[in-house]
Amino acid sequence: MDFLNAIILLLNYIFVPALTYGSQLALGAIFVTLIYGILRFANFATGDMMAFGTMVTILITWYFQSIGISLGVLPTALLAIPFAIIFMIGYMLFIDKFVFRYYRVSKSPPVQLAMVSIGVMFVTQAVVRIIIGPADRRFFDGEKFIIKAGEFKEMTGLNEGLAIKSSQAITVFVTLILVSILFWFLNKTKTGKSMRAYSDNEDLALLSGIDPKRVVMITWIIAGILATIGGALYGLDKSFKPFTYFNNMLPIFAAAIVGGIGNPFGAFLGGYVIAFSEIFITYAYKKFFMYILPESMEPETLVQLLSTDYKFAVSFSILVIVLLYRPNGIFKGKVL
Amino acid sequence: MRKNLNIIAAYTIMMGLIILVGIFQSWNVALSIFNMCLISAVMTMGANVQWGYAGLINFGLMGYAALGGLAAVLISVDPVPEAWSAGGFDILICLCLIIAIVFLIRFILKNFEKSKIRTYGIAGIIITGIVIIRITSESGIEAIEAVNPATTGFLGGLGLPIVFSWIVGAFFAAGLAFIVGKVALGLRADYLAIATLLISEIVIAIIKHEDWLARGVKNVIGLDRPVPYEVNLQTTEWFINLVAKFNSGKLELISNIADKQAALNQLVIEGSSVFVKLCYSGLFLIVVIALLIVTQKALYSPWGRMMRAIRDNEEAANAMGKNVVKQHLLIFILGSAIVGIAGAMLVTQDGLFTPGSYRPMRYTFLIWVMVIVGGSGNNFGAILGGFAVWFLWIEAAPISLFLINLFTVGLPETHELKVHLTESVPYFRYLMMGMGLLLIMRYRPKGILPEKIEIK
Repeated sequence: MDFLNAIILLLNYIFVPALTYGSQLALGAIFVTLIYGILRFANFATGDMMAFGTMVTILITWYFQSIGISLGVLPTALLAIPFAIIFMIGYMLFIDKFVFRYYRVSKSPPVQLAMVSIGVMFVTQAVVRIIIGPADRRFFDGEKFIIKAGEFKEMTGLNEGLAIKSSQAITVFVTLILVSILFWFLNKTKTGKSMRAYSDNEDLALLSGIDPKRVVMITWIIAGILATIGGALYGLDKSFKPFTYFNNMLPIFAAAIVGGIGNPFGAFLGGYVIAFSEIFITYAYKKFFMYILPESMEPETLVQLLSTDYKFAVSFSILVIVLLYRPNGIFKGKVL
Repeated sequence: MRKNLNIIAAYTIMMGLIILVGIFQSWNVALSIFNMCLISAVMTMGANVQWGYAGLINFGLMGYAALGGLAAVLISVDPVPEAWSAGGFDILICLCLIIAIVFLIRFILKNFEKSKIRTYGIAGIIITGIVIIRITSESGIEAIEAVNPATTGFLGGLGLPIVFSWIVGAFFAAGLAFIVGKVALGLRADYLAIATLLISEIVIAIIKHEDWLARGVKNVIGLDRPVPYEVNLQTTEWFINLVAKFNSGKLELISNIADKQAALNQLVIEGSSVFVKLCYSGLFLIVVIALLIVTQKALYSPWGRMMRAIRDNEEAANAMGKNVVKQHLLIFILGSAIVGIAGAMLVTQDGLFTPGSYRPMRYTFLIWVMVIVGGSGNNFGAILGGFAVWFLWIEAAPISLFLINLFTVGLPETHELKVHLTESVPYFRYLMMGMGLLLIMRYRPKGILPEKIEIK
């Protein structure tokens, strides 16, 4: 019984939150990796683009709420996301046409494009803050929990409860579907294959008649979808605050590089690697050991490897270690 | 003279703008903008040495600035003897342990051949080391943080004049740059940018959460100043006489003696804060000019020529027998040290150290905007960038307020759009920075004052 309790404890405090957080990071990391693989620059505007997509989602959600449309038990935001995606794709293509295209056509070095993306970051950040403000906003409505801790305890008769928020379930579910579709698209369809070819060797791809304009456009469209959904899921699960989104850019970069930048599958796994290690290392295992060890051996301290203050630092340290030992990432990068 | 015309023109315009602020807003505001411009200029010079001379991207400026600030605290604050006796010994032991681990790893790296066992061994040593350090330090840290936590709760510093910290800050930053350079400099440009950014976040996290070191997010306030305090100045004889002399024309117009005294008091209060800021300006100007001379000399020396060769064609320079790795490390350390000086200067001016305020937006990306806008590779350009961008950063709010009022002039005062826009005035500065950066990169990619290399 104690053993079961210990397992439920870990599930509740480590596995479920890490899986959710990892899914949110994974979507962002795939976004970074796609841009890096096909457009060949590190996009520093990632976090703010996600914030922009979320902002549009929130605005549409508010509109739906005001005219009385809702999804019942599910959050209204799910209904708003498709409209937000359309808007976001427009925004991405607009930025590309007026900002990035010039440098791509004149074959500027990647560093210059990264600098330009910093300019985009400033502008996007300003637009988001001017339109919706810097405050913390929650836009989750509908049924909050799938299983509540108390109900779970009653159901199983265990000491430990397992709570699953519906936002967590939605996050994992949507991520899995989206990522499966994306991989199917990249691996099986002709357009997806042409994107991979373009990423692998631009000149050869051009020689074999692939239209670069089309590839770039589709990349931005996919990027818009990923940014909106990733951002909206994060906002549904936690809350929407432009500053947090900007900060999330860093673990997202870490996830993309750990997985091997340019490799979407690596980025997908990298998100989970970062999320799980952050939570594993900063969790206090005292209660866990109390369940599995006999009473005489119970620990007195919190049994915490690092205090939760260093949550971000953990993922960055992992990145540094990976860069040192495997500069190409855990999965070899640079090919889509 | 002729070829330097655009430099002179650019700087004249910049100074004119600051003087206009002095005339129309107040000299206090103008001088505080000027001082921050000088500090920004030092930071941009550091970034320019790395990016403009050698083409190295360092997005970790924030971390080096914070280390400079930490140096200011550790140098100027008086030591806390109770804290030292409570837990100083444990901290010293941990320091020795860290040094021992570093030497052990160096020893292993030198004397054993690369293998899986060696890698896992080193990983094992690091992990056990961290565990041992945590166990030994825990009681000491708790004891230190328990010493009068409302005001101290940390080990304190050395109690020396704060100006020394400018040098120590440079050394702190150089030390970090050495480690980062050893780890990350082999990476490709954009990887290097991300890696340095993340490492500086780690540094900030440590400074924020190790309360025994510099009180963490509880902040250290009331650092000693290298210049007189306003309150003392206001009661000093010669200063009052000086103010009276400066404003004699204005004072003579007032006939009533009581009114005259009140007016003089008001003038002395205003004058004292202007005087303090002028003192800071003087100190900062010395640093900026000294650094400018050194960096200019370096730029035109054979060493500067070699750095440009490495920047423009690494392989060719390598083939000519230049040690690219070593030179990259050297210039990375030099540039970071300059940023460290700027960090210490900033804390000296503010008189307080707030680790929570070190954010990448303000201390990394804004500085980069300065370098790019001003002109990378050109020291005068970098300094001008620091001035222009900081000026815009501060004056963006009044400018955007003016523009909003101009465009919404037809709307009533209580119109929703107008109220909303007026409330979000602080965020228009990001918009201006972003647009400025994008426009400069598109239409003047080398910056306002582009790099010009003349062979003398």
